[in-house]
Amino acid sequence: MRGIIGWGAHVPHWRLDRTQIALVAGAGGGKGHRAVASYDEDTTTMAVEAGRACLASVDVAPASLWFATTSPAYLDKTNASAIHAALRLDRSATAYDAVGSVRSAIAALRATGENRKPALCVASDVRIGRPGSPDEVNGGDAAAAVLWGNETDAPLLAEFVAYAGVTEEFVDRWRVPGDVGSKLWEERFGETKYVPLAAEALKTVFEYAAIAADSVDALVVAGLHERACAAAAKASGVPAEKIIDRLADTVGNPGAAQPLLLLAHALERATPGQTIALLVLSDGADAMVLRTTDAIASYAPHRPVAAQVMASAPVPYGRYLSWRGLLPVEPPRRPEPARPSASAAGRATDWKFGLDGASGVLADQRGTITTFTVDKLAYSPSPPVVFAVVDFDDGQRLPVELTDVDADEVAIGMRVEMTFRRLFTADGIANYFWKARPLRTESDDSAERTEEAS
Amino acid sequence: MSSHGIRDRVAIVGMGCTRFAEHFDKGTDDLLREATSEAFTGAGVRKEDVDAYWLGTAQSGMSGITLARPLALEGKPVTRVENFCATGSEALRQAAYAVASGAYDLAMAVGVEKVKDSGYQGLNAFPIPNDGTQRSLTAAAMFSMVAPAYAKRYGVDPNEMKTVLARIASKNHANGARNPKAQFRKEMPVEKLLAMPPVAGGLSVFDCAGVADGSAAAIVCRVEDAARYTDKPLVIKALSFVAGNGSGLEDPSYDYTQFPEVAVSAADAYAQAGITDPRAELAMAEVHDCFTPTELVLMEDLGFCARGTAWKEVLAGTFDRDGELPVNPDGGLKSFGHPVGASGLRMMYEAWLQLRGEAPEDRRISTYGKRSLALTHNLGGYPGEMVSFVGIVGV
Repeated sequence: MRGIIGWGAHVPHWRLDRTQIALVAGAGGGKGHRAVASYDEDTTTMAVEAGRACLASVDVAPASLWFATTSPAYLDKTNASAIHAALRLDRSATAYDAVGSVRSAIAALRATGENRKPALCVASDVRIGRPGSPDEVNGGDAAAAVLWGNETDAPLLAEFVAYAGVTEEFVDRWRVPGDVGSKLWEERFGETKYVPLAAEALKTVFEYAAIAADSVDALVVAGLHERACAAAAKASGVPAEKIIDRLADTVGNPGAAQPLLLLAHALERATPGQTIALLVLSDGADAMVLRTTDAIASYAPHRPVAAQVMASAPVPYGRYLSWRGLLPVEPPRRPEPARPSASAAGRATDWKFGLDGASGVLADQRGTITTFTVDKLAYSPSPPVVFAVVDFDDGQRLPVELTDVDADEVAIGMRVEMTFRRLFTADGIANYFWKARPLRTESDDSAERTEEAS
Repeated sequence: MSSHGIRDRVAIVGMGCTRFAEHFDKGTDDLLREATSEAFTGAGVRKEDVDAYWLGTAQSGMSGITLARPLALEGKPVTRVENFCATGSEALRQAAYAVASGAYDLAMAVGVEKVKDSGYQGLNAFPIPNDGTQRSLTAAAMFSMVAPAYAKRYGVDPNEMKTVLARIASKNHANGARNPKAQFRKEMPVEKLLAMPPVAGGLSVFDCAGVADGSAAAIVCRVEDAARYTDKPLVIKALSFVAGNGSGLEDPSYDYTQFPEVAVSAADAYAQAGITDPRAELAMAEVHDCFTPTELVLMEDLGFCARGTAWKEVLAGTFDRDGELPVNPDGGLKSFGHPVGASGLRMMYEAWLQLRGEAPEDRRISTYGKRSLALTHNLGGYPGEMVSFVGIVGV
């Protein structure tokens, strides 16, 4: 029997208040907030965070890693290899990218699900659009990971039941590589395509699973076409109260990460013996049915989705635009950093990506700020640099930059955890390393989930 | 430890120092020619008479040719040295040892830095290819962590701590105001300094060394030959140098209230010079006040006062020009400016002027005529990862 044996998610710390958009852009906006990747996050770093959250909850080493995104840090070069290094996976574990569309995430989910060994699927996205565009408003940044395995690897939390998919070529949105945002065809056209595709896929998968639509306990619908997703859910035959909230008001639509993020969200709300259906609308329709087991009741997700949605801070629209490179602000008057040396980085992979120091791995430890400083003079993609001397619980020390933090809230004695980030980009090379961030979501904080599940 | 030193074997017989300033109209060559010319003239020698040269520059040029070309030296050994911000002292140390060894009769140490051609504020190290995991803080931010750590350890109220640091800057500004070669020649009262906005931790730009271009030079010979060049030589009593191994950055017991490399180099220098009570024996000290908290901690690392007491001594005026032990009577890095490779020799230049009674009346140290030893302390790097030089000279 094959099934999900773990999951994890990463929702960035920052939120954009959608009402702020029209004040600047003169158009767009709306209500609620969208999640915003910090200036030092990209799809690779967020994938690492989601992967870490997953592997912190289940002690199984993946034999392969699939990474899906619509917004890769690199082309030509594999991005999953950096995630592999940061997760300290074994050399023999293979790492692959599935890059391009939301459908890439389902490809990766199936590739890992239909594998024979423990396999990790990670999806991550930074969704941008031109200022004031629907994609900017509706988009969100997030990552999620699902670990598949067999009963012999770990207790199955949700068994794989059935899958069905259909494919159809049509152009409802498109983006040429290098463009800031997608272009959209008249919205109604996509809706008339997706709704029947969804019905076809769901009908087939429910037949394979030998279930009726109204017996589904949770339906997750993911896809970039918001209207089509809502209409497909409504037409699915699954009772309205069983349709999983798409987190539109708090996270936004995180593209390729949405199927996994909403699935993780559904799993965190699920009780044993429930049927979960996943529907993804992206140039066709993919439908998957899973059934939760008794083991899910005792699974404690590291940094649950709901807790991460709550633990957030606002980012002003102007700063958001500068983080995405859409508003080029005056840089600090310091020399820009040199690109990291590929060969030096190659020799230091254990340290640079795995934060595996001479005296042991620091990546998964927590520490305490011994002293700190705020540097308004140093180069940073988003000044000022907040920097601290961190003493880890195992006795090691690391002077390291802080992130996801307001300079005014830092204090000696503050507890921090490590997070994988992109320090800067030079000559196109993403300089990945670790930073510390204030501890905001306790891994053993399962109270919220228990409450929701009951 | 077999650090024997070269006490009383080598003398400084000529020195030169440019004004430290934003010399947008002068290049490295101009600064080198100006500083060396003053030293040649003072010692009454020609460039041909000097047997070997040491050039200290952190990043204004590479190789001895940086000096040989502007001076048009013919067939001379010229060595370029670099040791962070202690580069100028390192040049002097090498020249002095070369003379002490007997390899040369007359040697020159020159330090220079042309920092204001970069187009950026502050100092900027050229990048050595690396794995990208090095921290990228400014030196100001690294040293800013000393202040809260010190205040916490010794129970100094944070506001009082600010006053202590402002007092240090104010003293050095007062000294620099009386120095025609200093970059900043304006007195700064404590109240004005306290009102400055912070840029790195609690430090304002007025807690930081001046960023200046400049050059300084010294000519050394064996003590027995010194009378040929001057009747008032400066005799080298000690030259000590320690390069830390960077372990402080990862050592959880390191608390940012002291610089162990400095304490070790000071102990070595005092042993070489036979000094047992530096506060009572030294006439003055030039110390590496790259930032105000640095000077505070150095007072303890150099043994001028007990641990945890420097802040009180600062407030009491112990290190003022008319205090018990004048520190940075020329204005220090704070006010005189800090052209990296030149600073160590600039410190020695003030010892040269003060001990020989050549410092102008309004800048003369209170100890003049009563004590005859001066200390220069020059460091490079950061708390936890530092090089430290301590030199002692006498007349």
